[in-house]
Amino acid sequence: MYTEGAPIVDGKRPDGPLDERWEKRRFSARLVNPANKRKMTVIVVGTGLAGGSAAATLAELGYNVLSFCYQDSPRRAHSIAAQGGINAAKNYRNDGDSVFRLFYDTIKGGDFRARESNVHRLAEVSVEIIDQCVAQGVPFAREYGGLLDTRSFGGAQVSRTFYARGQTGQQLLLGAYQALARQINAGRVKMHPRTEMLDLIVDDGRARGIVARDLVTGDIETYTADAVVLATGGYGNTFYLSTNAKGSNATAIWRAHKRGALFANPCYTQIHPTCIPVSGAHQSKLTLMSESLRNDGRVWVPKAPKDNRAPHMIPEDERDYYLERMYPSFGNLVPRDIASRAAKNICDTGHGVGPGGLGVYLDFSDAIERLGRDAVEAKYGNLFEMYAQITGENPYKVPMRIYPAVHYTMGGLWVDYDLQSTIPGLFVIGEANFSDHGANRLGASALMQGLADGYFILPNTIGDYLADGPFPPVSQQAITSVEQEVVDRVVRILAVDGDRSPDDIHRELGQLMWDYCGMERSEEGLRKALEAIPALRKEFWQRVRVLGTGDGLNQSLEKAGRVADFIDLAELMVIDALHRTESCGGHFRAESQTEDGEALRDDENFSYVAAWEYGPQQPVLHREELLFENVTPSQRSYK
Amino acid sequence: MKFTLRVWRQDNQFDKGRLVMYVVDDISPDMSFLEMLDVLNERLIKDGEEPIAFDHDCREGICGMCGLMINGNAHGPNKLTTTCQLHMRSFSENEAITIEPWRAKPFPVIKDLVVDRSSFDRIIESGGYISAPTGSAPDAHAVPVSKADADNAFEAAACIGCGACVAACPNGSGMLFTAAKTTHLGLLPQGQPERLTRALDMVETHDDLGFGGCTNSGECTAVCPKGIPLEAIGRLNRDVLKAATKLPARH
Repeated sequence: MYTEGAPIVDGKRPDGPLDERWEKRRFSARLVNPANKRKMTVIVVGTGLAGGSAAATLAELGYNVLSFCYQDSPRRAHSIAAQGGINAAKNYRNDGDSVFRLFYDTIKGGDFRARESNVHRLAEVSVEIIDQCVAQGVPFAREYGGLLDTRSFGGAQVSRTFYARGQTGQQLLLGAYQALARQINAGRVKMHPRTEMLDLIVDDGRARGIVARDLVTGDIETYTADAVVLATGGYGNTFYLSTNAKGSNATAIWRAHKRGALFANPCYTQIHPTCIPVSGAHQSKLTLMSESLRNDGRVWVPKAPKDNRAPHMIPEDERDYYLERMYPSFGNLVPRDIASRAAKNICDTGHGVGPGGLGVYLDFSDAIERLGRDAVEAKYGNLFEMYAQITGENPYKVPMRIYPAVHYTMGGLWVDYDLQSTIPGLFVIGEANFSDHGANRLGASALMQGLADGYFILPNTIGDYLADGPFPPVSQQAITSVEQEVVDRVVRILAVDGDRSPDDIHRELGQLMWDYCGMERSEEGLRKALEAIPALRKEFWQRVRVLGTGDGLNQSLEKAGRVADFIDLAELMVIDALHRTESCGGHFRAESQTEDGEALRDDENFSYVAAWEYGPQQPVLHREELLFENVTPSQRSYK
Repeated sequence: MKFTLRVWRQDNQFDKGRLVMYVVDDISPDMSFLEMLDVLNERLIKDGEEPIAFDHDCREGICGMCGLMINGNAHGPNKLTTTCQLHMRSFSENEAITIEPWRAKPFPVIKDLVVDRSSFDRIIESGGYISAPTGSAPDAHAVPVSKADADNAFEAAACIGCGACVAACPNGSGMLFTAAKTTHLGLLPQGQPERLTRALDMVETHDDLGFGGCTNSGECTAVCPKGIPLEAIGRLNRDVLKAATKLPARH
């Protein structure tokens, strides 16, 4: 299934006291003088929180930046859909928060599968992010005194989440987009919207450019630079149905992986507990209801299985507020992986509500009684509207129905402390890398990480690499060979001319992954998936049907290319899930659980990052040991 | 449910384009409008006809990528609703539905229902930001902002840049879009230093790109899926007027 390779170490990992490491690395990283920055070009692929903020900041520093996104405008990247908020250890509430506590909560929330140094740096930088965003005009929620409001999120007992109603991602992204727009106007960033990266150019051992398709003209184009930054997001759409945008895809990171970048912890996927349940076979995507709703909403199911009464007909003592019952100290605010699995388990025992029994109630009647409808509307109004639009039900009157859905991928390309992959000159930021969330991400931490990487970390660390630049011109041979491969692949997809649409095959892949590599994974199921995936790959290359040509806008062609890569990535996810026989965070192996059904880690054998090298026959596993010097890994308890 | 669709098909920007009729049945009332088009597209692929191109991405009503003219209404019949959040339960059985792209001079059609809205980016690039380079910020609590200003700024900042305002406007004006940004930034203390130049620069770019002028018909705010109020344009006009009197004349 795979072969063992040499262990891998993070060569940039600083030592010394935890809270001095980032300072130390910033000082040891070499600088590039302003005159040399002007001579160098950096490619940034993706314009979400990580990519947008990185492109803007690198341009401010004086580099020439080429920025790419597949959407029609950089403002549309899927960070925009993040609802609830962004964590920062400001301790404005005086409720006991600190950088160390945010660090600790994040490490623990990730089930002790992340690096201490990275996570501590993230917590340190978090406070600067809020300052930066306020200066840009991000309209965070405020108190009557004019100061910033905060709220609580899962996995934390302090109130450290800053928010802009239920549209925090949108507002933060517009901040980054506007900073980017300012640099485009200044001529320091050349923006390429509706352009999709399809491969990476590596020359003389360094990442030196990309091959991309102009989605409007269909032209295959090549771009070269001194360094390449991937900020292309996660791969949740491997499951077809997820909360990701329809266009979100893994092609950029998968192509880079095939060119030599290691892929870390691919099986770590996050299933978010509060999404609107599937309504039918036509379902094209799933919609999240922000975790912040769990601040005031109470989760329950009927105590009696198969109870079909309308929710208001079920008296209080016949309801099971199962999260409050099972986890009295965190209650409805347990971390996502725990809330999701609890929902699955309670539905599996016949207590679920709604179509197919795949749903639980999230009830706001107590909150409406306690705070009044207006206060609830002020906090969550847009989420309630969205729910009503999608389901046709009024959540002020009838409890919401929710069910878990694929939401985020903690795995991604392996990077060192400088956020550099195993290909020199290839940096990976935001959800596309694996670095900070371990085996489970806490709510409101994705926005924090994206912006930390893009505004503050990468711009400091990339200089150490570019201090050796500018690099000599890229060899023509290196460019044309990759370009030719991309052209050939497009031709090959168009030539299949089968009878199944790309979506049809993608749905099949998604169902397979959800069944066997979803919320609960078992040896038996994963082995089934491992047999089914190669068969599906064959099916794709024999039966996919893409009409039209490659010479213009062709959305089927775009989808088909992405689906082919999802199939390959799915196989690696399954292999990773199969090899990790422990449970940790979002990766739950049925064979490894405590007596009361919680994830049971195996620190002795699995306290490492699994970094996979691409092999045409079999992937190669490189292990990076995780060192815990400041916290002691423990069985997570939220009881 | 069953519907008769008339859909705008256009091969590329040079093609003249035409309305093509399709009948769809077996549509669930719980499908979104875009899922209904997905179902039609799957059928077209089976039948060997190129699927209909339309823009969409998040399908949660926030990215602003989708936008269709449905029976002459931008984003369809429902208030405060993007096309992706419109569900088929909002239509009646056997209803005839005409689907067209946004039509405006600064939004040329690329293919079928897909238009080029990059002119919106040009407007933002010309001044829709606060110049605050990374690392330059004071503590977030250094400048308190009254809750009312923060809330009003947020209301304007909720614009998703979908372009419905332009499509609905009899003049093809992009003033609601432009004003949403100047209002958002102009209400915050951080946005004051550049407030007047911002307004002037953005309006100038707006006009240069071929958007029409505002004549207060209010069609824009009526179709806006985020409910950006017309008042924003009033604020923008005040800033432009002030800029004309306070800033040195431009040539």
